[in-house]
Amino acid sequence: MKIKVVHQIMEWNEDVSDEIKKELAREKVCLINVMGSPGAGKTSLITSIINKLGDKYRFGVIEGDIAGQIDAEKMKEMGIPVVQLNTDGACHIEAMSIQHILPDFDMSELDVIFVENIGNLVCPAEFNIGEDFRIAILSVPEGDDKVCKYPLMFATTDALVLNKYDMAEYFDFDTERVINDAVDVNPDVSVFKVSSKTGDGLSELCEWLCKKIEKVMS
Amino acid sequence: MHELAVTQSILDIAVKEAQKAGNRKVTDINIKLGVFSGMVPDCIQEYYDLLSEDTPAYGAKLHFEKIPAVISCKDCGKESEIERFRLRCPECGGNNVKLISGRELYVDSLEVYDED
Repeated sequence: MKIKVVHQIMEWNEDVSDEIKKELAREKVCLINVMGSPGAGKTSLITSIINKLGDKYRFGVIEGDIAGQIDAEKMKEMGIPVVQLNTDGACHIEAMSIQHILPDFDMSELDVIFVENIGNLVCPAEFNIGEDFRIAILSVPEGDDKVCKYPLMFATTDALVLNKYDMAEYFDFDTERVINDAVDVNPDVSVFKVSSKTGDGLSELCEWLCKKIEKVMS
Repeated sequence: MHELAVTQSILDIAVKEAQKAGNRKVTDINIKLGVFSGMVPDCIQEYYDLLSEDTPAYGAKLHFEKIPAVISCKDCGKESEIERFRLRCPECGGNNVKLISGRELYVDSLEVYDED
């Protein structure tokens, strides 16, 4: 006997993601999902942004890692409220994990929460975690073919940050190709050339971020 | 890469529906899968066989029907099937397009034993 079901397989994650979104909207807290390869500079970019916008907004961070708490300790040293999320082997963060962690923060003391996702250009893109928007980081040493090779990550992001851009000339990095590939999979994407190390390009990115954050908080 | 989480969800759906149908044994699960869903069907069946032990859905065969990726162009109004993830209209070259299918991932139907 055939039973018609039509049941979304990812529904368990989507439902929780929607709940988080509603809760954060009530609290007027903006959740930003930061994704990229291991070593792309996710932690450095987050800390650079917080250094620059720390007077304007109150930040919190959820540090996603398969194991360890190296990045969380860095954040703690800077005096940023941080919670470490260890996935114990899982390649991505699910909405359920974020929902469990949110009560650890005092929402009345926060405007923005960064989620530093697991270093991976594949799986995290598939899971909404209640975020208001996404930032995908591609660092210059990874190569200019990555948008082409991992399309979903770049198709689902709101901003593409080309990080370590001060290294572009040493790696024959073809920026035009990356931007063309990105627009091919995501016509609305905003692209920023940034060096977390020198601070170049950070102002443009922060300006964009402020607009997005204000929209959520208003 | 995260087929395990997806497989668990498929099993949960199958077990729930089998119970609703009067605890019948599930023999087949029909899944629809967009070509850009990123899932590896063989891998899901392997996980399924392990995860479903001791459930009424154990031993079911998973069938995957692929759904092609189709974009619709707002400029020229045409719909086109695409093979690689590139949101550009093959007809007019514009990028004012929308992906209308290709990322699906759902259980469409189940087959259960007929019992009186």
